[in-house]
Amino acid sequence: MKKNDQSQMDSMERKVLIELLYQLADDDFILAYRGSEWLGLAPHIEEDVAFSSINQDMMGHAAMFYQLLEDLGEGHVDILAHGRSSKDRKNAVLLELVNGPGHYLEKPKFDWAFTVVRHYFYTQFKKIRMESLKNSSYQPLADVAVKVNMEIYYHLLHWKTWFMQLIDANDEARNRMETAVQQVFDEFADVLSYGPNGREIAEAGFIDKEEIITQMWKHQLLTVFESVNLSIPIKIKTKSGKGREGFHTDDLAVALSILSEVYHIDPAANW
Amino acid sequence: MNKNLVLHALHEVKDPEIDAISIVDLGMVEAIRGDDSKLVVELLPTFMGCPALDIIRKNVEEKLDRLKVFNHIEVRFINDPPWTSDRVSDLGREQLKSFGIAPPPKKINETGGWEVGCPYCDSLYTTMENLFGPTACRSILYCKSCKNPFEAMKPLSTMM
Repeated sequence: MKKNDQSQMDSMERKVLIELLYQLADDDFILAYRGSEWLGLAPHIEEDVAFSSINQDMMGHAAMFYQLLEDLGEGHVDILAHGRSSKDRKNAVLLELVNGPGHYLEKPKFDWAFTVVRHYFYTQFKKIRMESLKNSSYQPLADVAVKVNMEIYYHLLHWKTWFMQLIDANDEARNRMETAVQQVFDEFADVLSYGPNGREIAEAGFIDKEEIITQMWKHQLLTVFESVNLSIPIKIKTKSGKGREGFHTDDLAVALSILSEVYHIDPAANW
Repeated sequence: MNKNLVLHALHEVKDPEIDAISIVDLGMVEAIRGDDSKLVVELLPTFMGCPALDIIRKNVEEKLDRLKVFNHIEVRFINDPPWTSDRVSDLGREQLKSFGIAPPPKKINETGGWEVGCPYCDSLYTTMENLFGPTACRSILYCKSCKNPFEAMKPLSTMM
């Protein structure tokens, strides 16, 4: 049965819906931030324009998911985005990791291969997740998913193009891409995870089961891997933390302190 | 409630980033409801991260307030139905062209490709320079016939 608001849910359903929404919101929020750190540093000007647009879209998606949380009584969107500490965040650890050594203001030695692979694999996952959410039993979430799904069509096209071109390029590009694929696989189990209440989230019909989404994601990638002769040990792990349970790296804490610096100067300010 | 009066006022609210076209012709106005004591206008966001949305909301409120007919005005963005690029009106398509922006392609072929005519010379001899443009809803193209760079509004459909 479709649910239009929380009055149609029991307390457990409401609780796990909120948990799922935090995962959705925090994932897009932190990766949009990591993407925005590339501004002015991307490989060429067209990429700078494209990547900025993608980051803006993703931040918009995060804002919509935070709005759904606000509608469920979790507090104001600005506080949800800026005011929560690292341990309260539910994003996957892979998405919070730095783009590479250095800082965007000083000696950035960011890794484009890692960025391409992380964004491509995540966007492919997000596409499958949105297709599933379109049938969510929580109607407001299903409506947002329809909208997000249309926009990420372009993101997926973009990252897949980069991925195919770099992995099919010369030895150095190929090597760096293979290293990045390994690096992303080492963290991706956390992205695929729904956290401690994963079973309840799926049972309430908010989204398909974790195993189904994982299977579809693997299937999509393996087809692409075959076409570029890529055989990587498909062991998907969680190396650096469990984001869905609030266990994060220091990278997240540093990122949060930078992105919310202005907000914390005057949290009551009107934007 | 005089719906035409409201619609007329909404025609005066332009897209802040493309001031040749109104939000009505962009297909953003989904519903006008209520009565003289309370008016509700429901709008559809084009792209969700569009920074112009808050400006549009403010401009709509101001325009309707100036009519001095409604005691209370509520402008809200809704997600159902989703905005799709086929909601742009025929007049809107012409207005976009006059601004140098090709209207969104009506058809997308099986491979996902789309054909865009140059807004200046109508030639189809055009190339895509960047799928992503200066705003979320636009792409950058180049016309090989009249040698002009131009922008096009991205097609957005639920089939994607």
